[in-house]
Amino acid sequence: MNGDTAVTSMPIDLAFTIFVLAIMCGVAVISKVPATLHTPLMSGANSIHGIVLVGAMIIAVTADNPVSYVISFLAVAFATLNVVGGYVVTDRMLQMFRKRPAAPKAAAPKADKASKAEG
Amino acid sequence: MDLTPLDAIVRLIWLAGAVGFVIGLSQMNSPATARTGNLISASGMAMAIGATALYLLVRPGSTFNMTGWIIILVGIAVGGGYGLYSARTVKMTAMPQLVSLFNAVGGGAAALIAIDEYLRHQGTVPGLQENVATVLDIAIGSITFTGSLIASGKLMGLRITPSRPVMIPGGRLVTIVLAVVAIAGAGYLFTGNYNVAVMVAILAASLIFGITLAMPIGGADMPVVISLLNSFTGTAVAMAGFVLNNPVLIIAGALVGASGAILTKLMADAMNRSILNIMIGGFGGGDSTVSSVGAGGPGGSVREVSLDDAAIQLAYASSVIVVPGYGLAVAQAQHACRELADILEHRGVEVRYAIHPVAGRMPGHMNVLLAEANVPYPQLWEMEDINPEFNRCDVALVIGANDVTNPAARRPGSPVSGMPILDVDHAKSIIVMKRSMGRGYAGIDNELYVNPKTGMLFKDAKAGLAELIAAVKGL
Repeated sequence: MNGDTAVTSMPIDLAFTIFVLAIMCGVAVISKVPATLHTPLMSGANSIHGIVLVGAMIIAVTADNPVSYVISFLAVAFATLNVVGGYVVTDRMLQMFRKRPAAPKAAAPKADKASKAEG
Repeated sequence: MDLTPLDAIVRLIWLAGAVGFVIGLSQMNSPATARTGNLISASGMAMAIGATALYLLVRPGSTFNMTGWIIILVGIAVGGGYGLYSARTVKMTAMPQLVSLFNAVGGGAAALIAIDEYLRHQGTVPGLQENVATVLDIAIGSITFTGSLIASGKLMGLRITPSRPVMIPGGRLVTIVLAVVAIAGAGYLFTGNYNVAVMVAILAASLIFGITLAMPIGGADMPVVISLLNSFTGTAVAMAGFVLNNPVLIIAGALVGASGAILTKLMADAMNRSILNIMIGGFGGGDSTVSSVGAGGPGGSVREVSLDDAAIQLAYASSVIVVPGYGLAVAQAQHACRELADILEHRGVEVRYAIHPVAGRMPGHMNVLLAEANVPYPQLWEMEDINPEFNRCDVALVIGANDVTNPAARRPGSPVSGMPILDVDHAKSIIVMKRSMGRGYAGIDNELYVNPKTGMLFKDAKAGLAELIAAVKGL
């Protein structure tokens, strides 16, 4: 049954190698993030584990009984909430981090148009 | 291992998605590139999901499962719709509870996948590797699910989940019983038995354990717990990857697991507590322990400063460092704070903000709150960078911060000993804006308040800042 849900089976040593190297990669990358950005970092990392949606889709399409359908529906809805909410909220936070306070809202689109006209 | 061309293409796109996650996270190392990084990460996600959909549609030897696809589309519409709505409308002060909620459902989804996979075996015992991954996924995913929901509820201040630590009667015994159930159950399943009831017992024990884990945690310890639960979800997702033999789940889960673990360590260090100590529940009460105004501290008297004095000190300083604490956020005074800073800057005063790592309810929360109030990020200084600057600063303005400024932390014998603090007492003059002499989370007096250089301004952050702004304007 499991063969149906896997793309191709992966030897456990290879899977474990990927796991360990990915952890080390994560440690290396994340250690460089400044404390200023820890909230968006956590929220962004949170969105990344929404990748579990891939797994939820696989079990939904290979389901063949009511219990499986219910479980996979919940899994898909949960995972999508995680992905969509996570990325949108992270973007909302990050757009607030500016070097200087933004110009008044009305002025911004005008400046944009002007630069386009020049180009 | 022979790959069909379709398998190869799907795997390569998954790899590209994983690369997107790593690049996205690495772009988070500067506020200037972070937003692009998040978009790269989101694109990686879209690619991975798109490739999965493609694979499921055209994989050989399969029939089109209409019900399955309807479930996917409806599930995406429901989850995505609520995600979009909540992410767009959430207030920045409420960010920690929303991130916790997203964390909960991520962990829940990972656990559901493992449960479903286990049920599909219908009597046949899965291979040991898959069995171990399944049990770990169910256990960790369920602990995160209930733990994060409780954490989220505590941050919202719901009545059933108050933000103060709630000790569960016989809590330690309950934990031991749950652990015995989970470990005995896992041992039984690993030794060649297939039993749905045992799997459900492990699931139930883990769900309850998540509750008993999060309930005793107090408000100020939340940054640690949220980070820890984030790390758990990453691990659960990686386990789901082992169950489904799916490399992109393993990579993404491992990245998040590492990120959560690093943040947990940083937060625990900044609180001067071990993770175990926080889990067991140590000192302190809830968020606010407000006592009477004006009570004299240890070994010295408290000097009050008048509003006009404070305004004059600030307006004629050449350098001011603002030290915001969670009290500032609770009073919704970020905007007033920035307005004061603007006026001071206009007068030629250099204004900077000193941010302690645990200011707020999740790691880095205070920075987001100030960024929302349009404080430019170059003014937001981290503790290690700003500490040497206090020597050169004329006035340190402390608003709603307490324990993280207590010089008692520098010598042994106090509950905060060893906790990294902001060197506020090195400033030439100190103004502390605070509602009362109430103690902070550690429940001890702050020696900063009896420092001869310190003037206390007993006011609520928002009202006090408004008066201070008016006073500076009037000069």
